[in-house]
Amino acid sequence: MPDGQAFLEVKDLKIHFPTDDGLVRSADGLSFKLERGRTLGIVGESGSGKSVTSLGIMGIYNKRNSQISGEIWLDGDEIVSAGQETVRKLRGNKLAMIFQDPLSAMHPYYTVGHQIIEAYQVHHNVSKKVARKHAIDMLGRVGIPQPDRRVDDYPHQFSGGMRQRAMIAMALVNDPQLLIADEPTTALDVTVQAQIMDLMHDLQAEFNSALIVITHDLGVVAELADDVLVMYGGKCIEYGSASTIFERPEHPYTWGLLGSMPRMDRPTQDRLVPIPGSPPSLINLPQGCAFSPRCAYEPQTGGLGTTVPPELVRAGGSNHLVRCHLPTEERQRIWAEEVKPKLEAQ
Amino acid sequence: MITYIIRRLFAAVVLLFIISAATFSIFYLVPRLVGSTPETLATRYVGRAATPETVHLIAEKLGFYDPIWLQYGRWVKGIFFGADYDLGATVEHCPAPCFGYSFITKTPVWPDLVDRIPVTLSLAIGAAILWLIFGLSIGTLSALRRGSFLDRAAMTFSLAGVSLPIFFTGMIGLLVFSYKLGWTAPGGSYTDFTESPSAWAYALLLPWIVLALQFSAQYARLTRAGMLETMGEDYIRTARAKGLPERDVTVKHGLRAALTPILTIFGLDFGLLLGGAVLTEQVFSLPGLGKYAVDAITNNDLPKVLGVTMMAAFFVVIANLIVDLLYAVVDPRVRLG
Ligand SMILES: Nc1ncnc2c1ncn2[C@@H]1O[C@H](COP(=O)(O)OP(=O)(O)OP(=O)(O)O)[C@@H](O)[C@H]1O
Ligand SMILES: [Mg+2]
Repeated sequence: MPDGQAFLEVKDLKIHFPTDDGLVRSADGLSFKLERGRTLGIVGESGSGKSVTSLGIMGIYNKRNSQISGEIWLDGDEIVSAGQETVRKLRGNKLAMIFQDPLSAMHPYYTVGHQIIEAYQVHHNVSKKVARKHAIDMLGRVGIPQPDRRVDDYPHQFSGGMRQRAMIAMALVNDPQLLIADEPTTALDVTVQAQIMDLMHDLQAEFNSALIVITHDLGVVAELADDVLVMYGGKCIEYGSASTIFERPEHPYTWGLLGSMPRMDRPTQDRLVPIPGSPPSLINLPQGCAFSPRCAYEPQTGGLGTTVPPELVRAGGSNHLVRCHLPTEERQRIWAEEVKPKLEAQ
Repeated sequence: MITYIIRRLFAAVVLLFIISAATFSIFYLVPRLVGSTPETLATRYVGRAATPETVHLIAEKLGFYDPIWLQYGRWVKGIFFGADYDLGATVEHCPAPCFGYSFITKTPVWPDLVDRIPVTLSLAIGAAILWLIFGLSIGTLSALRRGSFLDRAAMTFSLAGVSLPIFFTGMIGLLVFSYKLGWTAPGGSYTDFTESPSAWAYALLLPWIVLALQFSAQYARLTRAGMLETMGEDYIRTARAKGLPERDVTVKHGLRAALTPILTIFGLDFGLLLGGAVLTEQVFSLPGLGKYAVDAITNNDLPKVLGVTMMAAFFVVIANLIVDLLYAVVDPRVRLG
């Protein structure tokens, strides 16, 4: 491994889909790093390209309808340029993924056990009996009661929370070093959400894996993440440590996300202040800054916001990047004087 | 699961009764609508030479004056206990299961049916194997290579296959492969499997292909549509995320799910075919149930038509029953509620 390279290093990752209406730039020049034992949270509204990015890292894309470029280094190996068969052998083994809706993500016609056994046997040349023992063991570890009996149940016989636990068991069955969780708790109710997040946290510590949590819920990120990447329209618009993003965010979009974040410690009535407007179409991104049509501070850019796309540049904090035309001091002033007091007063 | 099976079985029996009553009523009413009387019906059994008194007597003995439900009851009773047909000069016994007695050939219908079932069964099973193999694989490949040359060629071809009628493809097939090239058997050369398996297969080869051609085309389209849908499901993405080889993803996860609705249609198609592949049997002169039905209709032999219709209904109901039960095997959500 070259000196100083992180366990996972993504460089200028682009995933584009040519369609009849034009080129969909679902992921457009993403770069980030992640070490084992650490957690990266990727946040953004629906359609910002979070799932496309995670599937891209997993190597799940159809070469016939997508274009992928950039580099993904995992433990010293580059995956984008690697052969499909090489990536397939890593998939589910060294890197694994948990999906949003555990009911539709499991095959309705196979037992939970069968699906975990299958995941184990693809990468381990063992008998079904051994794999089954392993599957039962895994189900027990993710907190399924009576795993030796539940192993023969079908997904529809599990509750939502148990299904997600089973999905986690399936993803972790091969001790992956990188785990990607795409909205792992969105489909679950609040109490179960908390349990699943605790579970993922504990398991990550136990396996010392790198974890990417994808969500549009900053609450989940606050709970789990060490670093945070905020996505907007397929691009990274702010990137930094979790403490930086929560305490000194510099992008107006991140401010908006923080404002719309559900807070456990606040009465529920007045907690949600949605960001005005809707996410951009990835085909006809607005001229200049993609966020400009929804940005309250756009007039302060002196016309730059609607004409020139901003670059991702260093911001106030250490290892803190932001994509915004406002001068750093101005952003810090707005945050400290205008936005933060408002959020705290909420 | 057991209660499910019992419920299904019970429903199938009830359905068979309803179908038999409806069929019987139709065959009772239709001749009367076109002007037949109990006497004209009885004439068929005793011949035109008989005097009106004899005819009247026979019509009475055969119960043609009785109300419809009584006649139906007698017919059903015959199925279980056999029946006697008093034709004045002779009393013909029709042993159980008696599905009627033909007044034209002067034979019970049931043995005829039993003779013909193997022919139709041979035709249907052979064709089904062929069309499942070709239909499923072509459909799957088409779905995976959607929009490719192969997909477009297969779909054009299958559109042709669906729209060309059997009597056309069958005739062309006979003309080219049997008479011009001599590769396949000419029509009317059916031999029993027990007599000579090779002659049996030789005679059935072209009918199998012609019948399978039409169904393969239909099944290829069904499979393609099903696969396009299932391959976009979340669980396919999960299967890929596990690192399964693409072939397992396609077959074990994609096709497995796409097969379920196809199974239903297959059950229906197969059941219908067992009732007589009418066109195919006619074109190739195969002595199966379909040809039997056509001959019976041509000769106005009502008891035979009624018998073969009941047989066909029976096959469809049984095929449906089997599909329902298979569904429970295939889809755990049905089995386990
Ligand atoms: N195969 C494809 N062809 C064309 N466009 C695609 C394709 N796959 C994804 N996209 C587009 O890429 C964009 C990003 O999708 P993605 O699923 O990554 O969003 P997301 O951030 O995960 O949103 P959500 O929070 O709703 O899950 C969407 O606008 C989607 O329409
Ligand atoms: Mg998503």
